[in-house]
Amino acid sequence: MWQALYENLEQTVAAILFGIGFTILLLQRNMIRKIIGLNIMSTATYLFLASMGFIEGRKAPIVMDGVTDAAAYINPIPAGLVLTGIVVSVSFTGIMLALTVRLYRRYRTLDIDQIALLAKGEDLP
Amino acid sequence: MSKRRSDWAQRPQARFLRWMREGYGALDDEIISAVAQPAAQRPDAEALEEHDRLIGTHRHEREMALDRLANYDLQRWANTRGRKALTRLYVLLALLLGASLIYFLLDTVAYMPRFGQVAVPTNNEVIARYIEKGLEETGAINIVAGMILDYRAFDTLGESTVLFVAACAVLILLRIDLDDQGQPMQQLIAEGSDDRHYEPKNDRILQGSAMVLTPIILLFGIYVLFNGHLGPGGGFSGGAILSSGLILYLNAFGFQKAGRFFTYKIFMWVSFFSLGFYGVAKAYSFYMGANGLNSGIPLGTPGAILSSGLIMPLNIAVGLVVACTMYIFYALFRKGGL
Repeated sequence: MWQALYENLEQTVAAILFGIGFTILLLQRNMIRKIIGLNIMSTATYLFLASMGFIEGRKAPIVMDGVTDAAAYINPIPAGLVLTGIVVSVSFTGIMLALTVRLYRRYRTLDIDQIALLAKGEDLP
Repeated sequence: MSKRRSDWAQRPQARFLRWMREGYGALDDEIISAVAQPAAQRPDAEALEEHDRLIGTHRHEREMALDRLANYDLQRWANTRGRKALTRLYVLLALLLGASLIYFLLDTVAYMPRFGQVAVPTNNEVIARYIEKGLEETGAINIVAGMILDYRAFDTLGESTVLFVAACAVLILLRIDLDDQGQPMQQLIAEGSDDRHYEPKNDRILQGSAMVLTPIILLFGIYVLFNGHLGPGGGFSGGAILSSGLILYLNAFGFQKAGRFFTYKIFMWVSFFSLGFYGVAKAYSFYMGANGLNSGIPLGTPGAILSSGLIMPLNIAVGLVVACTMYIFYALFRKGGL
């Protein structure tokens, strides 16, 4: 297993980063840190996708000198998928940060547990 | 039902069911009573003012102290004994879950095909088709651009729409409304939602460097936008560079000057026209292609700046949406408006 992990180093790093991001999401109670954890998770996904597209000894998929042989270029699809991922990640980061700002203005804390308790206290008769 | 004993409501199952149904249990009663009782050693606002007068704290430290004061009782409750044990258990379980997730992912990675090899399942006939026919069919030298803006163009339209919707959502959440006199509501500014009152204005170094850098950054952004089909780059990266230039200008010269060329109206119309143009152009192109008709859009010579049909205009449309979205994110987080 260790030999295989070393040969797939990029994907190994991506898996570890994903786990770290998920653990941050569980452990941290600060909303900003949770958002950072989610961003680490999405970055791990980009690394994984980009490493899946690479083929040893081939060039980036930009046609040079009219060569249109499929054996000359790496896989272009992961690049498009990573692009989609980055856009979605930017969007959700923006919306979550805006929600965090609103929550902070109302409850004066970033701790999600405290916010939940305070919000529950508001609902009570 | 009649078999239920009178102490049913106090039994764990009943409490669990009630917690499931109402999301509200005995623990919450405890919290609320704990928070409601005034604490003996609670620091009061007057003591804080006195401390300020003596030492003169920084604004952020002062705000943090005020926040701690606002939630003092809750934090005191969080440090009680039962609560601490629960937290420790939770941390342990979370670490266990994270470690096992990493383990299973690594186990999967060990069974994946080796990095950088040709004979992997993802390297199939779809990619061969994109690379061999891409230049001929889309006219774009950059195969990725040809792929995302021609073969998979509706995916990119969806991405641009996601960005626009995100900008609208942030606008709804963070915008400071104007009162009857057209002035921002003072109450919201007092709450600290308008950050720029506390920052230095007319910084000479920043203004000098912005004067040199902003045109270069904008020019480079336009270059990346217009070269999307000829090399690395395209709408998303070009739009991000454009917006970074705009944000630098905004930082150096302030909202009043930036507001002369970027208003809500501009944001609305640019986004509307870009997304509308994208949707209509691509719907036309797909409709004609699906019915075997000639769309009449010339592909041009590969490598020329005016080539590859719709890809360059679509790149520009996407870039404008991205630039507007990034700029409005920054402006809203900073000031709550444009």
